[in-house]
Amino acid sequence: MSMTRGITSRAHPLWLAYILHRLSGVGLALFLPFHFWILSLALTSPARLDGFLAFTEIGIVKLAEFGLVFLLAVHMFGGLRLMAMEWLPWTPPQKTLAAGATALSFLIAALFLMQAV
Amino acid sequence: MLSLRLYMLQRITALLMAPLVVGHLAVMIYAIQGGLSAAEILGRTQGSVAWFLFYGLFVVAVSIHGAIGLRTVMHEWGGLKGAALEAAMWIIGFGLFALGARAVWAVTFA
Amino acid sequence: MTDRTLKVTIDRGGDAPGVQTEFDVPAYENQTVLDVVSWVQQNADPTLSYRFACRVGMCGSCAMMVNGVPRWTCRTHMSKVLVGDTVTIGPLRNLPVIKDLAVDMDPFFDKWVAAEGVHHGALTRDDPIAPIDAETPARVEANAGIECINCSVCYAACDTVTANDDYLGPAALQRAWTLLNDAKDEGRQAILDAVSGNGGCHNCHSMGSCTAYCPNDLDPMSAIAGLKRETAKSFFKWGR
Repeated sequence: MSMTRGITSRAHPLWLAYILHRLSGVGLALFLPFHFWILSLALTSPARLDGFLAFTEIGIVKLAEFGLVFLLAVHMFGGLRLMAMEWLPWTPPQKTLAAGATALSFLIAALFLMQAV
Repeated sequence: MLSLRLYMLQRITALLMAPLVVGHLAVMIYAIQGGLSAAEILGRTQGSVAWFLFYGLFVVAVSIHGAIGLRTVMHEWGGLKGAALEAAMWIIGFGLFALGARAVWAVTFA
Repeated sequence: MTDRTLKVTIDRGGDAPGVQTEFDVPAYENQTVLDVVSWVQQNADPTLSYRFACRVGMCGSCAMMVNGVPRWTCRTHMSKVLVGDTVTIGPLRNLPVIKDLAVDMDPFFDKWVAAEGVHHGALTRDDPIAPIDAETPARVEANAGIECINCSVCYAACDTVTANDDYLGPAALQRAWTLLNDAKDEGRQAILDAVSGNGGCHNCHSMGSCTAYCPNDLDPMSAIAGLKRETAKSFFKWGR
């Protein structure tokens, strides 16, 4: 991969939006199997599920959950921004939308965190 | 390496999931108030056709969307191509679906 | 002429070990990157290979990577790119290197053709000239992309081109879009099919480096979005 051969032409907002979207997607995809497995503990061992859920009271876990909610929101709003650019006839100021999408995601994740603590 | 068909599937599942994600976020923010417990979650979802359909649809959509998304990453960053790439995509898709379907079943009608 | 000396690193692609890559070049006022490269070839290392033609920012032949950014070197003042007294110059990214700073443009042009970036005409020389209204939305859309001079800066800037060998790239896809909007062009289905394959427009992740770095201020990213829109419409209507 010659991706990193001294290239610096990536320091612009839309590229950051792209990399955030990609990394959030990969993060969510890696998290999902774990999420599904824990939930299916309700089937085999509800007590164990409660055990895991009790973990969510711990501060570092709450922080991780905040991170996950942020990833979810960022990925969705970033994706909707992309689809608006691709499929809707108007071409809005892309940078503003990208920033707006990230800000909104952060807000939602923060709301989650506030309710959690 | 997305062709038109995979691209359309990706975009359509994305649109499908937008309201589902909003709903899921709302439920989460509501549910974590006062702490999480299995009893509280199951009390809401057990025996519910509505939640079964909601999360069932979510699982189908995310399995397709995630598999296609990871396919792109596996090709562009992992260098996978040809039959190996196809196989990896299908395995991820079915894997996510199997785990997700089991989870949905576990909290609704199990 | 000043007493200042610039430390120029030239990344000479290809497999020639032991060639000189560090050069001390006298600084001048109003010096472009092309001036620096030419000075090196004329005064320090006559074996240095590089391309240029018009040297006035019209032909695109002098495109190179300057500090990791694809640029027209004849239109890039040294004062804009110097980091202290240093600069790094290299061959365009994403294309095979022939020697030093000269790259093989064949893949770029092959993909241009593969995207159906060729005129699909239906008239003959005996037919009257087709009248074109310059004010129609389609013509305005087409006009936005026809100034492309195939310099490959966008192709070099795109990370998707790097990661995906089949990807046709921003320039080729932009040309396909201009033809799609061209009232004289009869190849609509051919174009839509060409941009819907494994290397087609749907691989674009809209990271926008193409638009950010196009020296002609063109917008391939929006052109590709247009192609996505048209292929999606075609999909909903005809299933392909």
